[in-house]
Amino acid sequence: MKEPKAIVLHAAGTNRDVDAYYALKAAGADPRIIHVNALRKERSLLARSAILVIPGGFSYADAMGAGTLFALDIASYFKEEVSQFVAEGKAVLGICNGFQTLVKAGILPGFGGETRWATLTDNAEGRFECRWVTLAADESPCVWTKEVVFPVSCPVAHGEGRFAVSSLEKLTQLEEQGLIALRYVDEAGNPAQGRYPINPNGSPLDIAGICNPAGNVLGLMPHPENNIYKDRPVYGGGESGSGLSIFAAGVRYARAL
Amino acid sequence: MVHQPPIHRIAIRELRPGSKSQAAILRAVRKLGLTQVRAVQRMDLYFVRGKIAPEELDLLGRFLFSNPVTQAFEVQDGFEGAQAVEIAYLPGVTDPVADEILRSARELGIAGIDAAATGARYEFSCEGASSLCAEELDLIARNVLSNPVVQRHALGRIEIAFPDKTQASINVEEIGIHRMDDRALGLLDSQRRSALDPEELAVIRDYFRREGRPCTDVEYETIAQTWSEHCYHKTFKARIETEGGEEGELPLVVDNILKTYIKAATDEIAAPWVVSAFKDNAGIIEFDEDFDISFKVETHNHPSAIEPFGGANTGVGGVIRDVMAVSARPIAVTDILCFGAESSKEVARKGMSLERIRNGIVAGIQDYGNKMGIPTVNGGIHYHEKYATNPLVYCGCVGIAPKGAFFSTPEIGDRVFVIGGKTGRDGIRGATFSSMTMDGQTYESAGSSVQIGAPIVEKMAAEVIVQAREKRLYSGITDCGAGGLSSAVGEMASELGADVELSKVALKYPGLSPWEIWLSEAQERMVLAIPMAFRDAFIALCDANDVGWWDLGAFTGDGKLVVRYQGRKVLDLSCEFLHKGMPGRRLKAKKPTRSAPDAAAPVLRPSTEAGFGVRRILAQVMAHPAVASKEWAIRRYDHEVQGGTIRGPFSGPSQKGPSDAAVVKPLEIKSGKAISISNGFNPRYGEADAYNAAYSALDEAVRNAVAVGADPDRIAVTDNFCWGDPRKPENLWTLLRSAKACRDASVAHRTPFISGKDSFNNEFVGKDGTRISVPPSLLISAIGIVPQAEMSLGSAFKIENSRIYLVGEFKPELSASVYGELFAARYSVEGRGPEPSLAAPKVYRALHRAISQGLVLSCHDISDGGLAAAAAEMCLGGGRGAEISVEVAAGTDHNPLGTLFGETNGCFLAEVPQAKVAAFETALKGLPRVGLGTVLAEKALRFRLGSGHVESSDLEELGKAYTSETDRILGESSASGVAGGVA
Repeated sequence: MKEPKAIVLHAAGTNRDVDAYYALKAAGADPRIIHVNALRKERSLLARSAILVIPGGFSYADAMGAGTLFALDIASYFKEEVSQFVAEGKAVLGICNGFQTLVKAGILPGFGGETRWATLTDNAEGRFECRWVTLAADESPCVWTKEVVFPVSCPVAHGEGRFAVSSLEKLTQLEEQGLIALRYVDEAGNPAQGRYPINPNGSPLDIAGICNPAGNVLGLMPHPENNIYKDRPVYGGGESGSGLSIFAAGVRYARAL
Repeated sequence: MVHQPPIHRIAIRELRPGSKSQAAILRAVRKLGLTQVRAVQRMDLYFVRGKIAPEELDLLGRFLFSNPVTQAFEVQDGFEGAQAVEIAYLPGVTDPVADEILRSARELGIAGIDAAATGARYEFSCEGASSLCAEELDLIARNVLSNPVVQRHALGRIEIAFPDKTQASINVEEIGIHRMDDRALGLLDSQRRSALDPEELAVIRDYFRREGRPCTDVEYETIAQTWSEHCYHKTFKARIETEGGEEGELPLVVDNILKTYIKAATDEIAAPWVVSAFKDNAGIIEFDEDFDISFKVETHNHPSAIEPFGGANTGVGGVIRDVMAVSARPIAVTDILCFGAESSKEVARKGMSLERIRNGIVAGIQDYGNKMGIPTVNGGIHYHEKYATNPLVYCGCVGIAPKGAFFSTPEIGDRVFVIGGKTGRDGIRGATFSSMTMDGQTYESAGSSVQIGAPIVEKMAAEVIVQAREKRLYSGITDCGAGGLSSAVGEMASELGADVELSKVALKYPGLSPWEIWLSEAQERMVLAIPMAFRDAFIALCDANDVGWWDLGAFTGDGKLVVRYQGRKVLDLSCEFLHKGMPGRRLKAKKPTRSAPDAAAPVLRPSTEAGFGVRRILAQVMAHPAVASKEWAIRRYDHEVQGGTIRGPFSGPSQKGPSDAAVVKPLEIKSGKAISISNGFNPRYGEADAYNAAYSALDEAVRNAVAVGADPDRIAVTDNFCWGDPRKPENLWTLLRSAKACRDASVAHRTPFISGKDSFNNEFVGKDGTRISVPPSLLISAIGIVPQAEMSLGSAFKIENSRIYLVGEFKPELSASVYGELFAARYSVEGRGPEPSLAAPKVYRALHRAISQGLVLSCHDISDGGLAAAAAEMCLGGGRGAEISVEVAAGTDHNPLGTLFGETNGCFLAEVPQAKVAAFETALKGLPRVGLGTVLAEKALRFRLGSGHVESSDLEELGKAYTSETDRILGESSASGVAGGVA
């Protein structure tokens, strides 16, 4: 498989689907943006694809909480197909609203029982913010960060990006299992240690993204798809185009499937 | 009697209260003097009506309404309200969440819900044994928690009322206008709030006299809308006699401002790359071999004054639809906001503090732009005491479309389609409302003129339009803005005529009269002409994307506009009369008398203290609201979505410096070119002299574009005039002088106008009868082409030891400057503000060549705060210092304070690497430029003032001053400390 097929799922209010499409394309995938309604008519498309991206945006206007209704779509219409997609080890990426969707659908963190124990909630500063951040990766099973040169710079643009869990133990579990795939760091690569705005939303342990135990599903709040070109100025510790490497890692992985 | 199904109530409580938004509410409550309040707890409320089983309510609460990790839910049937305030929308106000509840409940398999609503509950706890009495709770509800224009509140428990399912009213009123005398006409005008002139009313009467019949309310309201200032621009098209002018100031008669000045400039320049100017919903210029770009800027002032969130929200939505209406994909938003000065709080509208207006407007823009997924890349916030009762909200949008993609030529037999959102009573008479002066009553009575947007609905419509365009499924397109369907269908059918059936329009709730359906300004609707051959394909496309569509009728070809309701004719007007029958307005302009400035007064007496106090003054200038960073607002807008933002609102590695203009390169572009977006606006100049101010606004918009690398031969501009009552001859004089300056500046720069808009009657009549008019407020917005995106520049100093050049004809002016405002009490600084720079067009072209040759590292225009502020901003963005020789800049007429803080047109500071100084000198040969400084590694900004005086400011101090406004506003709106990770 030369160009792994990728689905960028589009719901009402999804808005960085085109950005993700261009990033996947530049990373060597064969992407297609597909509306939830269209995928319902052609569910086998999932089985024929190697990458699923749930992009950023305000699906269903964030009504009743970011990602809630997009997660409901997944649970109502594609539960089996998506479970199988994940179980087969195919690459799944949820960015921003897509991350919120994966968490609210229970696909992330992907362990610890049926009851939802993790969520993304209001930023500690209590408002939506758009700014550039710097990311570093932990040692993790995540396929989307493998062989990626960090730090990576890219923007965040969210109001509900603070990762929260129902108990401290769960946080420790995440860390011990190496599932904190991405963290906010300063320009020199030092941990943000909660310092605002290096950590833009007050996430504990500077969590910017987490993966499932198998490593094939990554959810992150920042937007690497908005830093994929060499010819634009970027800010923070990473280089121009450094966001593309995350997509390239996913595509490399999918190609080998 | 029909049995009403029960309404269930579900409340959502935070498990860990104390969020920052609640802290902000607490602070606002305490500001009201209610210092006994210790904490506030907000709860979301959901109301669902229907036959719903307990386990279904449980599922709704658990899965949809609450987040189990952070929240708990409670079904509160039989709940008795404790001491608290509850808020809900007024019936009929758009509640986008309610629609999602209905949809997603069905998705969950809960079929019994037939209506839903949202609300909020606020519980207060007080110190010790104290409490809040009913009056105090009511005070909080009105001043902090709700706006009676769109919401209602109750103490304790709020009862939800859904609009009744009564029979739709098909009542069409007949108005015996054909028999009315002038007095009766005047009475009719005020009863129906139609804001028509006596001559216009007489012409309408005469039309129906000839027809030999009364008119229907639908007809009367349609004419009032079509002929409103908002839709028809009657002041700009009026014949105006001028009085009191001196030789060369203005001609004795100006017949049609638009033609005489604005379009005249465009025609004179005759740029071949202008694709559409003043014809369509947005102006269009050529971009590259593949694409055209479109641009429109509008205002939404009156709605924003009475409902800041909704007004600004729908302002953004409206201008995006203008770009959609030229078949373009919206790619960037810009907005300019004008608020009352901090010092003008006492004249603010009752119940609307500066904070409330400011927060509401910024939140409204944030909500619409972010949810549409369009980056807000550029803008400005300005303060003036006269904006306290009339805040201004200018919203602009840029679009891109393949060459030749825009067409709007409906043919006979094509269907009249409405797509997008449903129609409600929202915005009834919005166009005439916009054309009226406001008073204290307006606030209470204008409820139906304000709307809340549903950006996702508009986004879905935008996506469908792009797909339909690619398949060429429509033959014509326009947006539903002011005047609703009456304007949209009326304009599209202005030549062919059309026959439409109003009962086909889907309503948000029943009970609308035909004229209300026809005139509703419900947002998120577009009107398209669909050829019969493509009708099915278009419907399939809408359905696949969950976009609503309604086929209302057809274009007929008989030149008549016919509107029916359930088959019965309710409007039958000749298009000719409707669109060309309006009698021209005749107005008078008179030169205002002003005290002639004392010839000796402008002379500034600088302080005699050593160094003139430059360091202290600069800190004050950097903290002045006209200069200070607007980061508090800007970061609430997503300026990166769509991945094309090359240069956003901030500049430099620190992302603290201001950008002169945004540079955007949409992902589909292959030519390597990019788009610049910039603005020029200055209310201080507007008060000093209308001509100079308008010239300066245009120069600034162009200058900003050139600073980032746009080609001065590929810049187009738009105008937006916000003025007071045009029937006042003095107001009209300043308007004419501004328009003349627009023409002169446009021709001088060879930057054609491609679109424009005007907003009048931005006046407020206080209870004591005093009128407050906004200062002459002209916004010029510029769209330009950057030939090579990678050659675009920021404003932040880049490399130490490079040379700093002052480029352009430097004529610093202290009158109307930031310095002048700060020290007006100490120095008499009268005058007419910065004069036009006639050398500017040549300078801009030469500088552009230097930038294109890679001779410039960074560039920043000199504007508010003068040379000193510009240098400080370049330092702050780059985190590097600079040394500037003021002696060199000042030349022989040495006046250090005037040189540093005077404001000028036509000038930049440019950073040139040492190795390229010679080439730069050659590029600007024969033009005013002078090397006056050096970039330093040291974090200090030093000015050599002559005679051995040196004053130095350290960057940290300047940075603190520059972000002081942001720090204060963010400090007010959020508490300190991080909330932590465990919910």
